[in-house]
Amino acid sequence: MTDHLTTLQYTAQHEWLEITDDIATIGITDYAAEQLGDVVYVDLPDVGSMLTIGEAIGEIESTKSVSDLYAPVAGEVIEVNEEVDANPDLVNSSPFEDGWLIKVRVTDVAAGLLDRDAYLAMTGSGS
Amino acid sequence: MTNSTSDSMDGADAGAEADGGAPRETPLRAEHEALGAAFTDFGGWWMPVRYTSDRAEHTAVREAAGLFDISHMGEIFVRGSQAGEYLDFALAGRLSAVKVGRAKYTMLLAPDGGILDDLVVYRLEEQEFLVIANAANREVVAAELTTRADGFDVTVTDGSDDYALLALQGPRAVTILDEVVADGTISGLGMPLAEVKNYAWTDANLTPGEPGVDNRTNTDANLTPGEPGVDNRAKTDHNFTPGDRGVGGDGSAGGGHRGSTSGTTPLLLARTGYTGEDGFELYVAAEHAASLWRALLAAGESHGLVPAGLAARDTLRLEAGMPLYGHELSRDIVPAQAGLGRVIPADKRGFIGEPALEPRPQARVLVGLVAEGRRAGRAGYAVRQGDRVVGEITSGALSPTLGHPIALAYVDCAVAEDPEADLIIDVRGTPIRARLTTPPFYRRTS
Repeated sequence: MTDHLTTLQYTAQHEWLEITDDIATIGITDYAAEQLGDVVYVDLPDVGSMLTIGEAIGEIESTKSVSDLYAPVAGEVIEVNEEVDANPDLVNSSPFEDGWLIKVRVTDVAAGLLDRDAYLAMTGSGS
Repeated sequence: MTNSTSDSMDGADAGAEADGGAPRETPLRAEHEALGAAFTDFGGWWMPVRYTSDRAEHTAVREAAGLFDISHMGEIFVRGSQAGEYLDFALAGRLSAVKVGRAKYTMLLAPDGGILDDLVVYRLEEQEFLVIANAANREVVAAELTTRADGFDVTVTDGSDDYALLALQGPRAVTILDEVVADGTISGLGMPLAEVKNYAWTDANLTPGEPGVDNRTNTDANLTPGEPGVDNRAKTDHNFTPGDRGVGGDGSAGGGHRGSTSGTTPLLLARTGYTGEDGFELYVAAEHAASLWRALLAAGESHGLVPAGLAARDTLRLEAGMPLYGHELSRDIVPAQAGLGRVIPADKRGFIGEPALEPRPQARVLVGLVAEGRRAGRAGYAVRQGDRVVGEITSGALSPTLGHPIALAYVDCAVAEDPEADLIIDVRGTPIRARLTTPPFYRRTS
């Protein structure tokens, strides 16, 4: 496990987020990507839209299933990953790097976020 | 992130709910784990859903070959002097007309004509048939076949726990099996592989062992299938039958080329499948499944063979327009609605499910839908014409082979009869334009 992953925060809904200053970068975890199978379509909020913690803000569609993406923070979407729109399989091949989904200027953060060990324990992946 | 649409294979699990408890495991569980498979509960069974990537496995089957563990399927034997006429009464098809050595797609119908399961039935002997049921319906099929046998000289035996079933599917299936024959792992074929017709089967023997071990000492029967043109299938000494599995001898050791050799186990090799590609399904005693699995993977590696999971199997069968029980087929659907009226001969009478022959004028019928883009309609999504709901999707996916969304759906008859119908799939609130098509969506060219 790289140091990078241990600095991330995780939700029980399998999002990860990295907050630098007041900007959060958000994606889905390697575990989620593995469970979904091949991601074929990603629907993300528009730049400029305002997020509320816990609301469904997008969809991740794989060969076999569809999952909602939930906002782990409140704030304004300032960037979406255009590469993922063109190549949804980046979510599978690089969930923590090239497969990031959105960047948000944060006004509030969800309570109860997990660290890497707690997240791995929750998914049964060990720590 | 939360799953908002469950895996589209879940519908087939309905029959397993009564079982409760942990899902059953196939004899190949350890093989799948060693290959890094992700698992899912399917039809009450703990099954590999993928090993690497759904799409990579799907593409391998279309372009080279894939190996599936489908040991969750049920194997039910029907034996007795009245086996043929009994099955004519108990099932939708005319099984008495099936020749020894051949197989037929058919259905178990409820008394009102609703579909209880779709089946493949092999005629093993004049008086012996092998009925293959879907995993989730195995108990229903076994129970119905037993009940319906009342008054007939037949016995119904559920042999499902004794057998494993592997499916080798793809354009290179013959080449790969030929290698396994050449190295002696499979021997005693009743006929050359190339002569095994679609929906036909032949006996063979498996020499269990590690791949790479030279088994050639046992192959004297291997490439001597008999006189060209002689129908080897008209034999009644086939060696694949419950009760004497693994015994090897069938009392005809001197009587021909298919007698088992000491140290071998019977194998039933059928040219059937569920992917739209050429391929074979191989039935073998459960304890020898791993040996066969490894031998096939080893022989196929250089030909592009990969192990393939249920996710790929589902997109392959959908592209091929093949119905899945729990999705396109159910207790509330009669065969004609599913476009499968041909499973009942028009002149057939005196069987359980006969009301299925009567038209159901208001009933929705199964159609294919295609759309642009990448967002696929899924099972349960509404199909609309303007503001009016005119149907519902039963299976849908972004077709890996075609690159656009495809779906099977039940729609109102009037809609199905209008090829120009302008339809909308409601993809979680987003309208996606779709048009009608006649399945299959994909048809192999060779």
